[in-house]
Amino acid sequence: MGAKRPDRREFLRGGAALAGGLTVGAAEPALGQAPPEPERYVRGDPDLIAYGERSRFVTSVRIPHPPGGRESPDAFGLVFHVAAPLQDSVGTITPSSLHFVGTTRGSLMPEIDPAEHRLMIHGMVERPLVFTMEDLKRLPSVTRLHFIECAGNRARSTHKDVQESHGMTSCAEWTGVLLSTLLEEAGVKDGAAWVVAEGTENVKGASSFPLAKAMDDCIVAYGMNGEAVRPQNGFPLRLLIPGFEGIFNTKYLRRIKVTDEYYLNYNDYGHLSRDDTRAALGYQVGPKSVITRPSGGQRLPGRGFYEISGLAWSGGGAVSRVDVSTDAGRSWQEAEIQGTAHRMAHTRFRLPWSWDGQEAVLMSRCTDEVGQVQPTQAQVAEHFGRPDNPSAGVPGLDNTIQPWRVAGDGSVHNARA
Amino acid sequence: MRVLRPLALTMLLGATALAQGPTYGVGRAPTPEELRARDISIGPAGDELPPGSGTAEQGERIYRIRCAGCHGRELEGGRAPRRAPRLVKTEPGSDVDPWAAGRILPYRSPYATTVWDYINRGMPLYQEGSLTADQVYALTAFLLYRNEVIAEDLVLDAESLPKIEMPNRDGWAPLPDWQRLSPRLPGYPF
Repeated sequence: MGAKRPDRREFLRGGAALAGGLTVGAAEPALGQAPPEPERYVRGDPDLIAYGERSRFVTSVRIPHPPGGRESPDAFGLVFHVAAPLQDSVGTITPSSLHFVGTTRGSLMPEIDPAEHRLMIHGMVERPLVFTMEDLKRLPSVTRLHFIECAGNRARSTHKDVQESHGMTSCAEWTGVLLSTLLEEAGVKDGAAWVVAEGTENVKGASSFPLAKAMDDCIVAYGMNGEAVRPQNGFPLRLLIPGFEGIFNTKYLRRIKVTDEYYLNYNDYGHLSRDDTRAALGYQVGPKSVITRPSGGQRLPGRGFYEISGLAWSGGGAVSRVDVSTDAGRSWQEAEIQGTAHRMAHTRFRLPWSWDGQEAVLMSRCTDEVGQVQPTQAQVAEHFGRPDNPSAGVPGLDNTIQPWRVAGDGSVHNARA
Repeated sequence: MRVLRPLALTMLLGATALAQGPTYGVGRAPTPEELRARDISIGPAGDELPPGSGTAEQGERIYRIRCAGCHGRELEGGRAPRRAPRLVKTEPGSDVDPWAAGRILPYRSPYATTVWDYINRGMPLYQEGSLTADQVYALTAFLLYRNEVIAEDLVLDAESLPKIEMPNRDGWAPLPDWQRLSPRLPGYPF
């Protein structure tokens, strides 16, 4: 197949040259009042008609996480964490090509032929089962919006923009079979309490989660944003454990084992804690939000009207309310929530704002359907009776409020202490 | 708590429904060989441990060849670019607090099965899956011996390994019961 296809870059170069020759010259408008013409008109590209690409004028890309961390891929082709460009996000879906990627540790991407892939369900079940991808697609399916957020998504004062501070979260529309459907088909035995999920990376990472969660809303997903799950996100099959920290959402899913006790396998060791509070807060993501526009690194060209817009989410359920402050938290206004807020999904919020040209500090605060409210760093410190010191950190995934400072010249900066 | 009771009842009813036969009849039963070959999840009871055995002495020889390059000749851990965690506690004695001893996996793990599982799944880096069961038993024995958890001559196998009493056996926080629409931590408003 490769031999029959012209090299894609060669093709594009040839195509561009050809198209260049055929560019319809933007003739000087006779009266100077004609609407602006495009840069040029180009011939259709068969490859781009078969499979589209974004405009060459749109250039946002993923970056290594943490900022300045190891490049992905490195010299050996290993992939490390990469963060999504939330500063350019609109709506609630993260395009699959820009969805953040997390790896258990630097890893090669498994290339899996879906025709050969199998999912085994076993352990404390009446009927252990092996499913092919075709088997799974015969079963009743669901399609739901869910975010996934990496536990390492911790904002620092040194972060320049929202991609550096919050880019390890993304939201996609996932399609697949409810894990409960598969577990019911296998028949869970009395006394079962935990589930261990295993993927197919170099490290056969395994995460344990409670059976109650498995029976509630977990999805064995083969679809992502209207197509097959992308390889970097677990093709051909991944697990969604909505609202739990990213590592639980096992990619390249190959095995589900039902057990009577906590197995403490590979990934679980990372969650081991002596402290009840830390243990509890290391699972479900708290209520969280961030303003994506205006945000760090952007610049307001002048005073006047701007829509403040951002994303809110919670591992506890749907976002019920988002408040926005333009005066560093002294006063708050309720923002408009875009459409229906879905459970454990990014939710877009908006607030009209007129900038008077004075310095302003913008913040957003998420409240979820459980009643949990996004805290400031100071509130977390106060709750635990500790000094308000950023280096003390926040137990579990950091969900503290992100301040952006709009300077008098319109430039926007991270105002985190 | 009053709110949680109907949920618990629903779960009980759900469990009863689970005991029924299959609804769709899709999927096939795995063969016993498939189950044995693919089930590498080793629980605290050690039921899944494969046949094989190893001692600390054998483990030390394997460690020198397969592990010392990253984890250091004296298990002291590696520096960049071969960063790898330290594998032995610094303080002598078998009653050192596992939480004060640093993040030493073969000392802090509540179960010896976690040490076995970790090596078997994840080591050596980028050569995962290349160790035999005997080698994993031997390496586990070596690491536990060097951390003063077991005697030098203890032969580790599917019988003896789950019986090891790790110093952190009961020193870790249990995970909260997860319930739909429950806060992350009772009493924590954030």
